[in-house]
Amino acid sequence: MRTMFFTQAIDDALGQAMADDPRIVLFGEDIPLLRRNLLVRFGPKRVRGAPISESAFLGAGVAAAMSGLRPVVELYMVDFLGVCMDALLNHAAKVEAFSGGKWTAPVVVRAPCGGGYGDGGQHEQSLWGWLAHVPGLTILVPSTPADAGGLMLAALQHDGPVIFLEHKLLSETWLEFLGSGGRRTVQFGVPAEGAKGAVPNKWEPVPIGKAVFRREGSDITIVSVGVGVHRALEAAKILETEGISAGVLDLRTVSPLDKTVVCEAVAKSGRLLVVDEDYEGFGLSGELSAVVLEAGISCKYARVCTQTTIPYARHLEDQILPNKQRIYASIRKLTQ
Amino acid sequence: MSLDLWSLYTLMLKSRLLEEAIARFWYDGLISGEMHLGTGEEAIIAGVVAHLRDGDAMALDHRGTSALLMRGVDPVLILRELLGYEDGLCGGRGGHMHLFSKEHLTASSGIVGAEGPTAVGFALSAQYLRPGAIATAFFGDGAMNQGMLMESINLASAWNLPVLFVCKDDGWAITTQSKQVTGGDLGERARGLGVPAVEVDGGDVSAVWEAAGRAIESARSGQGPTFLHARCVHFEGHFLGFQLIRMVRAPFREMPGITIPLTLSFLHSGGAALHERLEGLKAVLAAVLATLRDPRRDSANDPLRRARTTLQSDTARLEELEEQVEKELSNVLSTVLAGGPS
Ligand SMILES: Cc1ncc(C[n+]2csc(CCOP(=O)(O)OP(=O)(O)O)c2C)c(N)n1
Ligand SMILES: [Mg+2]
Repeated sequence: MRTMFFTQAIDDALGQAMADDPRIVLFGEDIPLLRRNLLVRFGPKRVRGAPISESAFLGAGVAAAMSGLRPVVELYMVDFLGVCMDALLNHAAKVEAFSGGKWTAPVVVRAPCGGGYGDGGQHEQSLWGWLAHVPGLTILVPSTPADAGGLMLAALQHDGPVIFLEHKLLSETWLEFLGSGGRRTVQFGVPAEGAKGAVPNKWEPVPIGKAVFRREGSDITIVSVGVGVHRALEAAKILETEGISAGVLDLRTVSPLDKTVVCEAVAKSGRLLVVDEDYEGFGLSGELSAVVLEAGISCKYARVCTQTTIPYARHLEDQILPNKQRIYASIRKLTQ
Repeated sequence: MSLDLWSLYTLMLKSRLLEEAIARFWYDGLISGEMHLGTGEEAIIAGVVAHLRDGDAMALDHRGTSALLMRGVDPVLILRELLGYEDGLCGGRGGHMHLFSKEHLTASSGIVGAEGPTAVGFALSAQYLRPGAIATAFFGDGAMNQGMLMESINLASAWNLPVLFVCKDDGWAITTQSKQVTGGDLGERARGLGVPAVEVDGGDVSAVWEAAGRAIESARSGQGPTFLHARCVHFEGHFLGFQLIRMVRAPFREMPGITIPLTLSFLHSGGAALHERLEGLKAVLAAVLATLRDPRRDSANDPLRRARTTLQSDTARLEELEEQVEKELSNVLSTVLAGGPS
């Protein structure tokens, strides 16, 4: 076992995979500097800088994947998918269906996501629900360094398009790049267990579509991804002292959803709380309620999500993103 | 209108001092996330904005603070916005990359290239509703590779819209030197789309003012868009706390954290042959060396200093002006800070 930071783990797993598979190439804006450790190990042919032309280089990544490469295309932030969504929506996601299952686009799109550091509503979105809405896309949202590396490896072995979202609050390098570098005067609510942790000596893929319990609990099942998992764990700890036993399920993959585990857990506890940093309407939280209803499970249900455009002011942002207090209050209500 | 270097210098100085105050807020932790300053590009902004009048519109990028200030937005509102206060320009909801002023028909975006479609739309509505009014788009050299901006230049050309496209070319897009990822010449690109392109020294406020004036007159009189290409420097690099600038300003503090993992990775078993690795290492060093040699480290490129050299012939007036602007800013700061969050 080794200990790594979140982004360090992803890059380490990527390095292992690149050493094994010469088809893997990385590109995106500023990649030579952002992935400089991989650049000096694998050289500029495999780690490339791109112009700010996302629709071109993401679209190219999709076709390069169709024709034999295993590109990891990086976006500066998932929000910027807005300028190049077509490559995913109408191409990467469709090739397999259109070709009658004969052709796929095994591209990995890696993008930082999420808020909690004061960058405002155009730079801090989660958007995994929006992406998962499209059939044909696999969406991964790790919450620990070990899962981040293992899921990156799984993404690289997967035979279709995968969007790999890297929460900035867990990422030592993104936070330092975007806000804390050069000063010691700001604090962010970084969940310690998510930002740094034990990782295997040799990376093995973490299976796509498999959720994992971060905490067992019999009174309520909290389902979440990314930083939300850690916020849920904080709330669960407080509730324990008050005699409420809350289980926390980390989905790790938003699409495909691990419906089996969700249903089993909710059938037992009879209560489902979804903690989702993504927008509340028409997303993961509603989807999970449909999953349990379709399985014929009746339960008490609530959700703690982001309901509005994320405000710039940190104190407002801290209120609108799912936090320990909101989760706590919601569970108290559900268990009354 | 005739050129008035005194008033252009005043605009630039107000902006510079305001942004220096913003930098202090940022270093003190009063501003949480990214902070892109426009220090170094003031001559471009002043030279263009000085021509704008009621009904004209602006589409701003992630460095929009100074354009808003020069356009006449109350600095107290701007600063209180950046501090995230409820009574800031946008209620503390927008922040520096998302500053909006409906009265000034000014919208900002942190999405690179979005200024193109926005300016085109403002110009389109001007054609119907505000004859003689124009729209300006301010963006960087990196944005010139964004599809929607190139499409917008074509659209403005095809529809003969009153747009001034202003490319503030500092040669960089964050850590990428634009010349490494940009094909051809930017002016040629615009000309290829049927839009006249004008090159101007973006550190020379008078030259920008003259060039912008001609382009804006032409747009007002129905002659369609112009592309103004102005070179400049950004003293702080991409944003405050920028890693490359930190590395050259304080190498002994910053380098170990970077060079140790870099060396380990360079030596890591499994990977490319040595010559490929060396190529990679060269690319990393090139970015650092380019920063070291960067003209942004040379104060001779400071547009304020350049304007001041001319104005120094009247030292007494200059000193009085500077004292006045400094006093105004200190009043602004005490108002901003006295109020506290509301
Ligand atoms: C669509 C999009 N892609 C990427 C980014 C990340 N980003 C923000 S500023 C920037 C560089 C912009 O360079 P340039 O246009 O030259 O402006 P400068 O910062 O040099 O003034 C990038 C890549 C973004 N904000 N939006
Ligand atoms: Mg630039």
